[in-house]
Amino acid sequence: MSVVPTRLAQSLGWFAQVWRSLRRSRQGTIGLVIVIVHMFIAVASPYIVPYAHHDIDGKNRLAAPSADHPFGTDSFGRDLFTRVLLGGRAAIGVALLAAAIAVLWGGLLGILLAFIGGRVDEVVMRLVDALLAIPGLLVVLLIVVALGTGFSVLILTLGYAYGVSTVRVARGAALSFVASDFITAARARGERKTNIVLRELIPNLLDVLLVEYVMRASWALTAISSLSYLGFGIAPPTPDWGRMVFENQVMLAVSPWGTLFPVFALASLIIGINLAGDALSKAIGLDRSQEAPT
Amino acid sequence: MSQKLLEVEGLTTGFRTQAGQVVPVLRNVSLEMQRGETLGLVGESGCGKTTFGMTLLGHLRPGGQVIAGSVRFEGVDLFGLAPDELANIRGQRVAVIPQSASSALTPTMRVGEQIAEVLTLHLGLAGTELQERVLELLTQVHLPKVDELVRRFPHELSGGQLQRVAIAMGLAGKPELLVLDEPTTGLDVTTQAHILDLLREIQESTGTAMLYISHDMGAIARVCDRLAVMYAGEIVEDGGIAEVFADPVHPYTRGLLGSVPRLSYAGLPRAMAGRPPAPGEDSVGCAFVPRCAFADETCKTIDPALEPTSRAGTLPHLVQCHHWQRVVASGHSGQMRDLKVGIDQGVQPEPLLDLAEVDITYAKRGLAALVARWRGEPEPPMTVSSFTIRIHRGETLALVGESGSGKSTIARAIAGLLPPREGRIDFGGQDLASVVESRPAEMHRKIQIIFQNPDASLNPRHTVKQILDAPLRLYFDMDQKGRLDRSGALLEEVRLTPRYLERHPGQMSGGEKQRVAVARAFAAEPDLVLCDEVTSALDVSVQAAVLELLAGLQADRGAAYLFISHDLAVVRAIADRVAVLYQGRICEVGPVADIYAPPYHPYTETLLAAAPDPAPGARAQLLAKDVQEAEPPVRGCCFQRRCPRRIGSICDDETPPSQFAAAGHVIRCHIPLEELRESQVDLISPSSVATHGVAVDAQ
Repeated sequence: MSVVPTRLAQSLGWFAQVWRSLRRSRQGTIGLVIVIVHMFIAVASPYIVPYAHHDIDGKNRLAAPSADHPFGTDSFGRDLFTRVLLGGRAAIGVALLAAAIAVLWGGLLGILLAFIGGRVDEVVMRLVDALLAIPGLLVVLLIVVALGTGFSVLILTLGYAYGVSTVRVARGAALSFVASDFITAARARGERKTNIVLRELIPNLLDVLLVEYVMRASWALTAISSLSYLGFGIAPPTPDWGRMVFENQVMLAVSPWGTLFPVFALASLIIGINLAGDALSKAIGLDRSQEAPT
Repeated sequence: MSQKLLEVEGLTTGFRTQAGQVVPVLRNVSLEMQRGETLGLVGESGCGKTTFGMTLLGHLRPGGQVIAGSVRFEGVDLFGLAPDELANIRGQRVAVIPQSASSALTPTMRVGEQIAEVLTLHLGLAGTELQERVLELLTQVHLPKVDELVRRFPHELSGGQLQRVAIAMGLAGKPELLVLDEPTTGLDVTTQAHILDLLREIQESTGTAMLYISHDMGAIARVCDRLAVMYAGEIVEDGGIAEVFADPVHPYTRGLLGSVPRLSYAGLPRAMAGRPPAPGEDSVGCAFVPRCAFADETCKTIDPALEPTSRAGTLPHLVQCHHWQRVVASGHSGQMRDLKVGIDQGVQPEPLLDLAEVDITYAKRGLAALVARWRGEPEPPMTVSSFTIRIHRGETLALVGESGSGKSTIARAIAGLLPPREGRIDFGGQDLASVVESRPAEMHRKIQIIFQNPDASLNPRHTVKQILDAPLRLYFDMDQKGRLDRSGALLEEVRLTPRYLERHPGQMSGGEKQRVAVARAFAAEPDLVLCDEVTSALDVSVQAAVLELLAGLQADRGAAYLFISHDLAVVRAIADRVAVLYQGRICEVGPVADIYAPPYHPYTETLLAAAPDPAPGARAQLLAKDVQEAEPPVRGCCFQRRCPRRIGSICDDETPPSQFAAAGHVIRCHIPLEELRESQVDLISPSSVATHGVAVDAQ
């Protein structure tokens, strides 16, 4: 049992170190602040918004920002401030869960492939290559069109699509450890394979997977917003930034607020995640610049 | 020309921490070099040797700064120069030859072009003159077929050839000072001997001054006229090499010299306790106090100055110690050895491990092998062939040979990590499965490995507690508390304290990490420990301590060692029996005393001649070319292509017979033993005979 506090202290020490390094980078700090503000809004918005997202103010349609409606209103007279504050909740939730699923299965499969090696690795990786050759968004669109839009479908589909590329990343990172002497030592000692993977290999890959998670979440967020914009993502009436841009873009010339505020919200969050993610990977000692989004 | 070539005066460099403190790295270093002088700079790693060497090029690591003092090259302060003026001096008048030539050369550029670049840049050569000079330089460093070689890429050359190219590049600008940073570390002994010979020759023919940075006393003794010893960023002793070697005055120099294993003494080198302080771990007074047997209150409060000893010698002898007279008077010359307690020869030794006719190959198997055969490709010779050897309980069998001799391959086969193609492995009378996964747990426990590099063999994410817990959890039925207590006890056994339990490998020094690796192996209470170059990544002082530890543990626990090493002096210190390997074939096997005395196998002879004991003026004998063979010959003697004593086509065609030189001493050579005995001289100093006599008596 005493192992637990040690591990905790050890990982706390590690996190403290990463945290200090993150804070030392100005970009990282800015990114972190943006992400924290967004997360706070996502959690707290139902309690702080002045209206319900479907409340219609018939007298004020396409209104400019005012004391009553700080961001103005849309063509139905709905309060944009309310809708922008609420509009990230669904997308962020879906993105976080989808990224978690992606990193979980993709990471695990990648690590196992690196560990098993040989023909299994060869065959599965060619399959992964084939899947990666199809543009990700296209696959997601196809599945969503076939199965219909729903939170679970979205989460699973994105979780699958991003997991495929995570397999590559995790396998590559694990390969550099598989041949190392401490794994050889564990084999020679007669450790069971599950133990080698769980005790020796995975602790060395947690950092890679953490950064991978953050970046996948950022890309998933972009993807969901694109889907919503196209009408295949978060379904109305749930407010969503991507959908709001679609709904309000026709009024862009008359009243730009309905387009501008959701775009600003989405862009700031994604920039924030990217800044924080870059600083995180630097703090951990990885370089993300070689890794391209799919 | 009477002006001194180099004057370093009171040089203190350091870097600024984030808290804004300045941490000194070099501390008040003063040193002069005359034209054409060869100065060796020794010290353990982390003492500032490389940092000092780089200041002679006016270079500091990023974040570094000169706090005080100056480096004057021919009267010009290097750190006062503008970048372009400095660039003129670097590479042309002061050149550096790096440790790893393979990483210093550009992989995508032909060797000739890289040298030409230096010549164009510094001497403005062009056209045929340039081409001729390139060829001349490559010839000067004794590279073969230079016309062809200039068009090769670095990856097409061997380690020794690359180092020669790096030396040619260093010489290109006709420098007045060469800074050599561990130029032979990592090379095979025969290659190293050739490179050292070349350096000496260059020094004699060009008169270039050299600063030779190394932890290898033997290399320095062979190249240098003068020796400076660095400790914690300070010069602690400086004098003529003969004087310093014969009678070192500083306790640190004595400790260093004493920890070097010697071919001529059949005993364990004496370990020096402790480790050098890290920069910033500052103390008042002499930095060596925690490790010094002579230290008193004065040493703890007053920093000694570097002062002349007024002892007779060709060069001024300086030392930085309050008590050097006491040190000299103590007569403790630093060369006393403890003899290893060997196995009791009176008792019939019990066999533990038997390898019979083991063949190992890395060649393709299965479908790929079938395809190769179908295409008519000949099957490549086995990496290890007909390997037969026995290890007895409690003994140390050393496997010696250059890189590529198959030493580690054999260890991997015994550990079940690389199944042999043919042959049988017997352990304690039981047939051992060739794959580790199909061996019973008891076998896993009985055979343990210690690897060369503890940085790679200890999981960086685990604490020492987790590392030691793994074997205990696997092999013994113990509860958490029992395992923790046992881990603490194991740490005590390897001279660490239980405080280390919570540390990660990254928080320990190289020597401490290797001790943890030793503790992990012994946690299993093994019968056989495979030691794969366990000391070659360590400083000499740390190496001595680890050897002492291994010898002590063996005496207590009675485990047998398969001790793999390329260092014949280390093997002499620790082994009971030695097998000399070339290209995966045994050349010679026998008790340690017999291996180091004639008759030798020509390969053993070549190795011994290439690495004489560290002594001033010692010259290696270069019996064979320093080529690295890619694969063993298909038939005949394995050493046929390099053998200095080749007798003819019989060597190429017939497998040499096993000749018994003494009980248990086998030499596999076509040359009759009598002939070998007559033509060979004792390659290790005569004193060895006397010391050896003591060793036999002690048993």
